Amino acid sequence: MELKEKLVSSFMAFEDNVDVHSSIHDIRTEAIKIFEAEDFPTKKQENWKYTSLNSVLKQDYSVFPKSEKALEYKDVKEYFIHEIDSYKIIFVDGKYSSHLSQTTHDGLDVCLMSAALSKPKYKVIIDNYFNKIANKDSLSSLNTAFSMEGAYINIPKNKVVDKPIQIIHFSTGNEAAMLLQPRNLIVVNENAHVQIIERHQSLTENAVLTNSVTEIFANKRAIVDYYKIQNDNQSASLIDSTFINQKQESLAKVHTFSFGGKLVRNNLEFYQNGERIDSTMKGITIIGDKQHIDHNTLVHHIEPNCESHQDYKGIFDDKSTGVFNGKVLVEKLAQKTNAFQANNNILISDKATINTKPQLEIFADDVKCSHGCTIGQLDESAMFYLRSRGIPEKEAKALLMFAFSNTVLDSVKIPEMKTRITKLIAEKLGVNIGFDL
Amino acid sequence: MLKINNLHASIGDKAILKGINLEVKAGEVHAIMGPNGSGKSTLASVIAGKEDYEVTEGSILLENEDIEDLAAEERAHNGVFLSFQYPVEIPGVSVTNFIKTAINSTRKAKGLEDMPAKDMLKMIREKSELLEIDRKFLSRSLNEGFSGGEKKRNEIFQMAMLEPKLAILDETDSGLDIDALRIVSNGVNKLKSKDNAVIVITHYQRLLDYIVPDFVHVLLNGKIVKSGGKELAHELEEKGYDWIKEEVNA
Repeated sequence: MELKEKLVSSFMAFEDNVDVHSSIHDIRTEAIKIFEAEDFPTKKQENWKYTSLNSVLKQDYSVFPKSEKALEYKDVKEYFIHEIDSYKIIFVDGKYSSHLSQTTHDGLDVCLMSAALSKPKYKVIIDNYFNKIANKDSLSSLNTAFSMEGAYINIPKNKVVDKPIQIIHFSTGNEAAMLLQPRNLIVVNENAHVQIIERHQSLTENAVLTNSVTEIFANKRAIVDYYKIQNDNQSASLIDSTFINQKQESLAKVHTFSFGGKLVRNNLEFYQNGERIDSTMKGITIIGDKQHIDHNTLVHHIEPNCESHQDYKGIFDDKSTGVFNGKVLVEKLAQKTNAFQANNNILISDKATINTKPQLEIFADDVKCSHGCTIGQLDESAMFYLRSRGIPEKEAKALLMFAFSNTVLDSVKIPEMKTRITKLIAEKLGVNIGFDL
Repeated sequence: MLKINNLHASIGDKAILKGINLEVKAGEVHAIMGPNGSGKSTLASVIAGKEDYEVTEGSILLENEDIEDLAAEERAHNGVFLSFQYPVEIPGVSVTNFIKTAINSTRKAKGLEDMPAKDMLKMIREKSELLEIDRKFLSRSLNEGFSGGEKKRNEIFQMAMLEPKLAILDETDSGLDIDALRIVSNGVNKLKSKDNAVIVITHYQRLLDYIVPDFVHVLLNGKIVKSGGKELAHELEEKGYDWIKEEVNA
């Protein structure tokens, strides 16, 4: 059976376990219809021109985990930013792991989507926010149809969250091939601040496909600082769709560190519904082998006096391929918009490929929009400079690549996170520089 | 220390060095002067091992050992240092961390352990005082946003830290105001000893008032066409290079 048919029929089995008379279920039913009608995207679609899901979709994925496997903290500690105190919402094969997690209801809600979707006390929030900003494309709809578990975070007005929140999805290889569809909802109310770290990690070589959807609402003057660590193994693929709705004077920043995975597609969309909003998205991609990473971004400037900043750096080795498709849409009303976009790439091997495509659609006449993409090799004179000081070729390359990605690392606000990322970069580049980068 | 015999080097099809002969002994300072495009910087890069250039004939011996097959970093490990005319900016890597990496790379190549942090700090303090560099400067990203003078001072600071046997200063005077020139030259002079040697590549005689050479060589069209003592530099300053060209042509 093809995956699509399997999913559609699985939806009926799914209905046996959920309340089919809720408003949520109407949304799910609507969503499965969209998926059924549209099917998985193909390269014929403009947005998927450079990314084919064929190799990923041919696996016979299990849609519901059959058994649960417990993980010990010591065995997975390395995947946490464990040097800092944090709230933790941890899932193992799609199921919530209470003993790895540290949730709270004390002055803020850091808990589970399954609880939020079923308990009456969350109904108002769910009615106001759930599936309100997520795209209605086939993959997001597929996630919506099966939406059940994930992180639910609600930060009340004026609350500055005292420590970061880590959301980690582990897969243990319990099934030969597994499909995971986490669904996260994050509401950051007026003047509240939060830092969130998200990671998807497969612990075995069994195939995993994660189709994740996250909706983030940054209300008036809220500050959201979001980090995605993507360093998964060669048999794990990820389609991550993150939608951010911003109200006036809010600030939302998303850093995406893509260091591994068979295929990763990041859909990242910002909607500016208010004035003086700042949206920032930055990324470092370092991949090799036959890995494929696709960053597909959108900033929708709807109102005047807002800013957006995009800065994506990519380093591609072996036969890896990268895609950057950055769309900036400035509505007629959105005067005095400042929108910046940069995508710089280094190809280390002559078999690596990057497809980079800025798309600017500007309907306002008083705006500052700039974009630039570069594709190059490492600067030979810079290499000579480092080597002439006694630094061997490999380390010299690593230092230059580190310098190249530095503008992205610079804005990481959690020091332990920055240290971890620099270590991952050094590891990825296969060097020990002799100091903490 | 350094012995260059009939050195020919080219980039692509273009021959740049056309038979250089030069011998530099320990304890000596040699100046190489010449008009633009005569091959001065190429000579410096070829000695330091830049791969863009191909040595087509001749040899370079460092302490009687042919270094032609050595990579740039191996030459550095053997004591060659090149101060760059245009040092490279490396955002995110501090001056201190960079120099630590350079020193420990050299030590590793010699089979030594990393330099103990305490010794490293002591050395950094001593050498930065020598070049009148303050602490804040050392934590800045290497060469990023440095003025011309700061870049050159930082080059000589690295030279001081790496303690090379043979230091080649490529146009170290360009972009320096008089104070920076004094500090940089003073640093070089204090680092000079009977065991090391310095090659100063320059366009102008000005630097040679501060770093006084034992020998001055004129490079013209890829060849050393005239050698002499420090007075030759003054003569060049006064009369330019045309008279030498005429002499060569005659």
